[in-house]
Amino acid sequence: MPRQHAALLASLVAAVAVTAFGGALNAYHLDVAMNVGIAIILAVSLNLVNGHTGQFSLGHAGFMAVGAYIASACTLRLGPALASASSPVLAQHSLFLGALLLGGLVAAVAGFLIGLPSLRLKGDYLALITLGFAEIIRVIFQNTPALGGAIGLNGMPPLTTFAWTYGWVALTVFTVSCLINSTYGRGFLAVRDNEIAASAAGLNPTRYKIVAFTLGAFFAGIAGGLFAHLKLAIDPRGFDFFRSVEIVVMVILGGMGNTLGVIVAATLLTLLPEVLRPVAEYRMVIYAALLIGLMLVRPQGLFNVRLGKSRI
Amino acid sequence: MTEFFQQLINGLSLGAIYALLALGYTMVYGILRFINFAHADVFMVGSFVGYYAARHIPAGTIWGGLIVLLVAMIACAVLGMAIERFAYRPLRGAPTLNVLITAIGMSLLLEYGVQLLFGSTPRNFPAVFPSSQVQLGDLTVSSNQLIVIGVAAVLLGGLQRIVFHTRLGAAMRAVSLNPRAAQLVGINLNTVIAFTFALGSALAGAGGVLYALNYPSIDPFMGVMPGLKAFVAAILGGIGNLPGAALGALILGGAETVVGGSAYSTYKDAIAFGLLIVIMLFRPAGLLGRFTAEKV
Repeated sequence: MPRQHAALLASLVAAVAVTAFGGALNAYHLDVAMNVGIAIILAVSLNLVNGHTGQFSLGHAGFMAVGAYIASACTLRLGPALASASSPVLAQHSLFLGALLLGGLVAAVAGFLIGLPSLRLKGDYLALITLGFAEIIRVIFQNTPALGGAIGLNGMPPLTTFAWTYGWVALTVFTVSCLINSTYGRGFLAVRDNEIAASAAGLNPTRYKIVAFTLGAFFAGIAGGLFAHLKLAIDPRGFDFFRSVEIVVMVILGGMGNTLGVIVAATLLTLLPEVLRPVAEYRMVIYAALLIGLMLVRPQGLFNVRLGKSRI
Repeated sequence: MTEFFQQLINGLSLGAIYALLALGYTMVYGILRFINFAHADVFMVGSFVGYYAARHIPAGTIWGGLIVLLVAMIACAVLGMAIERFAYRPLRGAPTLNVLITAIGMSLLLEYGVQLLFGSTPRNFPAVFPSSQVQLGDLTVSSNQLIVIGVAAVLLGGLQRIVFHTRLGAAMRAVSLNPRAAQLVGINLNTVIAFTFALGSALAGAGGVLYALNYPSIDPFMGVMPGLKAFVAAILGGIGNLPGAALGALILGGAETVVGGSAYSTYKDAIAFGLLIVIMLFRPAGLLGRFTAEKV
């Protein structure tokens, strides 16, 4: 069995095992751990777009919102009907899986539709147009009474468990790293390193960009679904520009295109607010100062040792 | 017809504020090629400075109002130069992405720094200018709107004068065309960039005070939305192009006012981004920008 497959299997087993025997764990720690997992899914999927393919997207929160809303709408509408099933727990969790997948797929379709026109643009312009789309998605949700409007949706069943979260973390990391290390996937790096050379070598850059964008959006949608069933209440303001920035910061601090670094950065940045809780008023000021300081001192990211690779 | 003109005045005064902000974005982008996210927060600091300056100055007089405006502009110019000196200058020549993240970090630092110092509860901005309703035929115009439009027009005229008729302005244009060649002919890059930040930030500070006059509630996060929209306006007109930024801002202000007055008013915030997407897809160089082909 190839190394990645073994790692995937091991982490899936570990995730289920922790959930099965996790009753002894402190609820607060469990909650923080699941937050970390969701952050990892978001950061690793954005890393496929930003880091590996070199397309700067500032709209990841928009896709997360799509996934969160679709999955929540599913469980809220269909959940009560399943209460009378012979095995309610199993029924609920299969519904959850379906809802997550549907949320991810709808997010992927949104990613595809948005990527098609916007990926003609580069750099700052791409960042802005993705930001624009994410804001528009937010305003649409805000104005859809069926999805709760400005108040959002609440009362989702608490279905996100440690196993679901880390199962998806494993699957995300597995998919992204296998994809990047495949023959096909080298094309993403080629597009990042030199788009003109890549197309001269017979690759289709637009296609690679759209694949990266769509796949990234899919996992962001999954993360959104998990997030919604962890927090049990979502509203459009939770998926604003700042959320996108947070994810981008994780990718950049981890070192663009460095999956392990991004995982570590996502973990650290999610734990940071928890650690800073005693000085809660200063939390965001410290966060911002750290961000500026790190960019000045270590522009290639915390964990990227290969200088020059981080350029896009 | 009356309603049309009424909306036109409203749109013009909103557009004038966007224009003041958009010019700062477009000047910085023209020279350094990055989106200065902290610009929107300089705007916010401008209105806070105005708020505190207004306490020491008799309210409701033209001269008092102008002094408040001037104090805010000077404070913001200094802040803008400080931001450039300590956050952006060390990163000159670094990949755009890093500068962008630093700018976002600086934006958060200003927002949460102000929140830490002054709290997050919205404050009422005092009426620093004498306020009354002016009747122009059938139209009712608040004097604040006229002041906003007047002050913005004067400032834009002044900026036009500085950029196109002074030596420093010529140096700014040279740097935005080609920084390396500009250095070769003896232009001091640091001076020009610092001056650009001072100019842009002063305009943002004035914009902050004027915005607070029309929407008299200020809080640490008030700059975020106007900032993003002003940047959209700058792109709409063609980034790096000064008249373009003003034009884009007026179009955006008008469009928002029209939508805000219609049945679709809850979609008001989406207008700017919708316009952004349309312009990006069909004319990425903006209305007045020139398209340059990429050299291989």
